Amino acid sequence: MAKSIDVSDLNIYYGDFLAVEDVTIPIAAKSVTAFIGPSGCGKSTFLRSLNRMHEVIRGARVEGKVLIDGQDLYGSDMDPVNVRRMIGMVFQRPNPFPTMSIYDNVLAGQKLNSKRMKKSEADDIVERSLRSAGLWTEVKERLDRPGSGLSGGQQQRLCIARAISVEPEILLMDEPCSALDPISTSVIEDLIHELKSQYTIVIVTHNMQQAARVSDETAFFNLSGVGKPGRLIEVGRTETIFSNPTDPATEAYIQGRFG
Amino acid sequence: MTTLTNPPGPAKTPGPVDVHQELYGARLPSWGPRAVLGGAVVVAAALYVLAGVNVMLAALIVFAISLLLPVWSVVVEGRRKATDRLVTVLVTSSFVLAMFPLFSILYTVITKGTKVLGVDFFTFSMRNVVGEGGGIYHALAGTLLITGAATVISVPIGMFTAIYLVEYADGNRLSRWIRFLVDVMTGIPSIVAGLFAYALFVLFFGEGVRMGIGGSVALSVLMIPVVVRSTEEMLKLVPNELREASYALGVPKWRTVSKVVLPTALAGIVTGITLAIARVIGETAPLLIIAGATDSVNFNLFDGRMASLPVFAYTSVRNPGVPPEFSIDRAWGAALTLLLIVMLLNLIARLVSYYFSPKGER
Repeated sequence: MAKSIDVSDLNIYYGDFLAVEDVTIPIAAKSVTAFIGPSGCGKSTFLRSLNRMHEVIRGARVEGKVLIDGQDLYGSDMDPVNVRRMIGMVFQRPNPFPTMSIYDNVLAGQKLNSKRMKKSEADDIVERSLRSAGLWTEVKERLDRPGSGLSGGQQQRLCIARAISVEPEILLMDEPCSALDPISTSVIEDLIHELKSQYTIVIVTHNMQQAARVSDETAFFNLSGVGKPGRLIEVGRTETIFSNPTDPATEAYIQGRFG
Repeated sequence: MTTLTNPPGPAKTPGPVDVHQELYGARLPSWGPRAVLGGAVVVAAALYVLAGVNVMLAALIVFAISLLLPVWSVVVEGRRKATDRLVTVLVTSSFVLAMFPLFSILYTVITKGTKVLGVDFFTFSMRNVVGEGGGIYHALAGTLLITGAATVISVPIGMFTAIYLVEYADGNRLSRWIRFLVDVMTGIPSIVAGLFAYALFVLFFGEGVRMGIGGSVALSVLMIPVVVRSTEEMLKLVPNELREASYALGVPKWRTVSKVVLPTALAGIVTGITLAIARVIGETAPLLIIAGATDSVNFNLFDGRMASLPVFAYTSVRNPGVPPEFSIDRAWGAALTLLLIVMLLNLIARLVSYYFSPKGER
């Protein structure tokens, strides 16, 4: 479990528009990497290109290489569906399936793919996933209730449980706490700490303190100007980026003088 | 500096009464609107009974007197609230006006249709019936069969078209053409749909062909665009986040569509289909051309003439025989049955959208 990601010279286009330019970044297995930067600088686009989710948008394409444990993510024989089974994703807004119960939501990855399994096996997966997501004690009495009846923070943890129930190698999180209150946020941050032992986690956040709290490595993205592509300015150990960044733009952003 | 200080004497703290005055202002008494309406009705009723004005004029008098409410309001309450009262009167009157034809139809059909309803009416056909007796069994069976077959034809075509348009087409040129043609299809007069079906069946079976299934084809032509449009709107309402959530779990697109998008939109789609059925079940012209009329029961969609409720009502009035009143009563009975079926379908649509819509948020 838990694979490393190696991105080199990645350009991401929407049609003719170059959205993200020339990103080279190594992401170690079983680490938490945070992407920070102003809105519209391509953090989310880059994150989505790591499990080929950006392809859902018409005209999106990439140039360059993304290696997952040495395998080319954009190789011609790579099936995006299999890629996404290996690399899970949690979105900004909690999005449990409204037609399914909590139980079915956790098992959505298996159920939607019509995977056959025994009831006991399914129960195990549900309990394990919900425990990992820190939601088990809150919902164990009402697994058959609809997932959309939970609070926002619970829904987001349900989505995390859903993402980890298919046992991915890597977990991508796109601003998972931006729609949540501070208490739910801290629950999810604790959760990220625990999940780190099993998964490689990449998280996009607008919250600098959050990046400082949860991540081992931090990458700062920025735009060189309006209409220009986003770029990776610098990446390094979180302590270093927050205490002693090399680039003046990073320092300005972290100190809140900009962006 | 002195100009800025408060005037001497007791501080100008408004008492509770003043605050009330300022916040609420002058208002008409709460019984005001009801009193005006009640007065209007009383005056109109008096004129109707005593002076013998007709119903339409009486309704007009009620409306005219209701307009006194905004006039009263502008004197007491001021312009803004008077405008509100005026618009309320206008909107309510429009609503009542729109309800007139509905209740008139319901009243006429129910009063004239109920007297023939009975077990015999639903279990006998018109075979060898002259004058009194007989029933609509053959027409009821024909309507249900023809409409059922039309649904079986239209629903897959319509739903798959909508799924293609929303999920797969990505706004390409083909999809724009399909949308345009579907819009054109919505406007096809039903008689043209009937002629199309007739021309189509003549190609295979020769002149003078009459078949129930031909009626189904004609009704499908009318039904497909409605199904496409309503399904399309419902699929568009499914949030993109759900599709993304499904893709991110490694679910292929076709499974995402069939297991996430369709179930989420199911209530709306079923409602749309039910309303589309209700829309075509009363069609007369196309069935007159291709399904024909008969007095006998025919359960075979692929062989010979087939009666249907609207055509039955039409022919019963058109050729009532001698004496005519029995036939005309049966026509009202058939109309009432049709009305009941449509009401039942609408009720089913309501129940479906209640029970199938995603739980937890209602």
